[in-house]
Amino acid sequence: MQADLIVSLALEQVLNGLQFGAMIFLIAAGLTLVFGIMGVINLAHGSLYMIGAFVSASAAVHGAPFAVAVLAGAAAAGLAGVVMELVVIRRLYGRDHLHQVLATFALILIANDGVSMLWGKVPLPVDVPGALAGTLSLGGFVYPAYRLVLIGAGLLAALGLYVLIARTRLGMLIRAGATHRETVAALGVDIAQLNTIVFGLGALLAGVAGALLAPILAVQVGMGEQILILTFVAIVVGGLGSIRGAFVGALLVGLVDTLGRAYIPVLLKPVARPEIADSLGGGLSAVAIYVLMAVVLVWKPRGLFPAGAR
Amino acid sequence: MLLALPAIASLLHQPFWISSVTRILILALAAVSLDLIVGYGGMVSFGHAAYFAVGGYTVAVLAQHGVDSALVAWAAAVVTSALLAALVGALSLRTSGIFFIMITLAFAQMVFYALIAVRAWGGNDGLSLDARGTLPGIDLRDANVLYFVCLALLIAFVAFAAQLVESRFGIVLRGARRSERRLLALGFPTFRYKLVAFVIAGAGAGLAGALWAEYARFVSPDMASWSRSGEFLVMVILGGLGTLAGALYGTAVLLGLESVLSGFTEHWMLPLGIILLVIVLFAKRGLYGWLAGSNDG
Amino acid sequence: MLTFARALLAALLVLSVSGSSAFAADPPPLKIGMITTLSTAGGYLGEDMRDGFQLAIDEERGKLGGVPVQVIVEDDGLKPASGKQIADKFLLQDKIQLFTGIIYSNVALAVVPSVVEAGAFYVSPNSGPSQLAGKGCNKNFFVVSWQNDTPHEATGQYAQYLGLKKMVVVAPNYTTGKDAIAGFKRTYHGQIAEEIYTALDQTDYSAELARIRAANADGIYYFLPGGLGINFLKQFAQAGLKKTMKVVLPEFSLENHVIGAVGNDAEDLYGTAHWLEDLPYAANKKFVTDYRAKYHREPTPYASQGYDTAKLIASALRAVNGDLSKADAFRAALRKADFKSTRGAFKFGPNQYPVQDWYSMKVVRDPKTKKLTLRGVGKIMRDTGDVYSGQCKLT
Repeated sequence: MQADLIVSLALEQVLNGLQFGAMIFLIAAGLTLVFGIMGVINLAHGSLYMIGAFVSASAAVHGAPFAVAVLAGAAAAGLAGVVMELVVIRRLYGRDHLHQVLATFALILIANDGVSMLWGKVPLPVDVPGALAGTLSLGGFVYPAYRLVLIGAGLLAALGLYVLIARTRLGMLIRAGATHRETVAALGVDIAQLNTIVFGLGALLAGVAGALLAPILAVQVGMGEQILILTFVAIVVGGLGSIRGAFVGALLVGLVDTLGRAYIPVLLKPVARPEIADSLGGGLSAVAIYVLMAVVLVWKPRGLFPAGAR
Repeated sequence: MLLALPAIASLLHQPFWISSVTRILILALAAVSLDLIVGYGGMVSFGHAAYFAVGGYTVAVLAQHGVDSALVAWAAAVVTSALLAALVGALSLRTSGIFFIMITLAFAQMVFYALIAVRAWGGNDGLSLDARGTLPGIDLRDANVLYFVCLALLIAFVAFAAQLVESRFGIVLRGARRSERRLLALGFPTFRYKLVAFVIAGAGAGLAGALWAEYARFVSPDMASWSRSGEFLVMVILGGLGTLAGALYGTAVLLGLESVLSGFTEHWMLPLGIILLVIVLFAKRGLYGWLAGSNDG
Repeated sequence: MLTFARALLAALLVLSVSGSSAFAADPPPLKIGMITTLSTAGGYLGEDMRDGFQLAIDEERGKLGGVPVQVIVEDDGLKPASGKQIADKFLLQDKIQLFTGIIYSNVALAVVPSVVEAGAFYVSPNSGPSQLAGKGCNKNFFVVSWQNDTPHEATGQYAQYLGLKKMVVVAPNYTTGKDAIAGFKRTYHGQIAEEIYTALDQTDYSAELARIRAANADGIYYFLPGGLGINFLKQFAQAGLKKTMKVVLPEFSLENHVIGAVGNDAEDLYGTAHWLEDLPYAANKKFVTDYRAKYHREPTPYASQGYDTAKLIASALRAVNGDLSKADAFRAALRKADFKSTRGAFKFGPNQYPVQDWYSMKVVRDPKTKKLTLRGVGKIMRDTGDVYSGQCKLT
């Protein structure tokens, strides 16, 4: 292949990696807030993402315009999150991680079956909204417009969260509540209410992610678990509790995974026999992010940008 | 624990129960080995299924190449899973908390994907064993015999683990869970202790995997899946952390629930989830703790 | 007064129902063990198959071949271990001698050996693994759908026929995926520009799509079951690749649920199938009409396979009058396959896998309903079996 084609393909793959990272960030942001700041491992976070996708897909099927569908999905996930916090998560603060894992694992079972009872087992259809469905010509290659929208959404979310955490009173309370619960409570702030708000916010973000991704992914039962592991890897790599960590972690995971899939098989071809190069390449690129995580943790056991003392 | 022995003898008229309980015994072995490191050592491994799979596959692959001596195959299974645990432990035990959970998960995922990718070992379709292995003087093809062998091995492992936990080794391990700093200050190389415990646990799971290969005559990559690791954790928690024998109850309850519920309805995950949730939220010391500890409140 | 009357009526109804079974001295119904996938993302496949099977039973009002049957359904959750556990329970506790239902090959390979070893029969409505088609074949194991490689051989044939000179092939990186591509390559003799293996839990395909675009092929074939295929196709269309590449798919990547989930992007896709909704056989017309009427949705290949499996079992049960202890007679009746299939005449090859025709099809927009449907185009393979049957030695 000629040099300029190689370069433009590489650029395209980098953009793909960033886009995938942006997708993961939308989900990781909520997860890292809940875990880093409230100390709760929530395996059911993926279920909130699934609820967002299903509700927005339903809304779209019934004719709602895209923006409304996204809002509906986000609201539904946020509401589900609040209910989840009030009924279950509240009882898990201070308990050891193992009990949190089990309880939220049980929530996944409930959510998956609940969704399949409400919507049936067949995946739901969602189309990309017409206005965003085209491709853009980006100096050398064409790129789907909707994926650029996703990158934009990720950046917007990152910015918004940063402003919220660093510059607003709520953000200050959240940060304080994470490390100095008793002090904050003594100052008259309702910690319980604060926790509910943070959890609800995380759930809302997950719902937005689900709604935004519904047009390009299959809206099906169990879709949360597929992406959950990637999300956990992202926040562990990035460092828990910090939005910056989640952002960097998500982008790294997106880039490593995408570039791995793009180039490992290609790199193996001259070295290995063709019939095994492809499948070995596929196999290696599947574990690339786990290798990334293992390497990062061995080097920096608490992730790249951990927040505070936890 | 003692309940199991006489109860089963009278059940010889119900062959399915033997098969069912054998399955419980085998998985309980893996759960007990996990309890050793989770309940006593405080190391929450989300990748325990990897050793279970490696043990099982060792036996299956050896069978594929004509090795039918169970002694050889099972010993090999224990050795390979112990080696893997040593490798993973050496790298992972530098971390703790959620990071340890994630990194053990990562290694298990690597094993899972590796097993799917290797076509010679069946890949996603799994590998069948044509026949059960042979032990000198013992015919494993008889379901009752296999049952007693599994029971014996489980009891042996629990006894061994119980001894270990009360020994000097165990005291250090439990101490490391509570305050590692203090022990390090006293001059104990806690890392080494934790690694040894991790390897023993891995070996236990590997033996369970080997027994599974004999019992089911089939191994598949999902033996290493993260949901399988999650199930082992569920069994340990249900039974009560740090009780060893409790893991047996936890296994029995989980498998029993799954079986009964799926017989009733195709939407069995919902009631299972609710029951698990209720148990976790309200029975703080697991079922074993609840049953045994209700005397002293 | 009204509530009392209703209560009385209800009581009478209950008594009459229970009474009839108590007083009628009928033999207990024959139990059929159906282990299938009803949960997880692939759950709708099992659901369709089960519903198709049930439709055949409903036609005979609770009987198959004149024999009253009771289908006991349990979910394997796509886990081989669960499938085996359920099979053990059915064999040892419920004493079931006739099994069916499994969708996925890894579950089938865990279950079938123990079932046939116990002397019971297994009739597969979907999974046709190669391991049991050649040397591993068994006289008690029958497959009603296809051997796992053949749908891909059909697709390769069609791609060849469409004149596609340079193709990209994609499958997940596991045995079934590799077998699919191997099957495709058996009949497609053009140039394969890229052979791409994806991960089983992959959601984002942008990296692969960029590679595909760079390959400059004129066609693409992929085997990505269920949600994987839906994800891929949506993203493929979004990347604008449908404009330059023809898409040729095996029927499970293109059945009605997939089209429904993908939406408009499914238009103009080509495919191959062993069964089409508009096949002109009387049995098929009846099946399609009844299925639509009962379940209010379009049938899929899985449903037709479930239905045909039930009909095959019915024909064999009729021959032995429901007495499975006449194993040899039952087996001979199964082999004879004397029933009217939705695919016309049905016959088994020497390894008890089907020998059948394969069709080409296209996704088109129905001018009347404006909805996307699958339209049969022609026949591309006739009376085709599988490549493993020669290795099977069944007496």
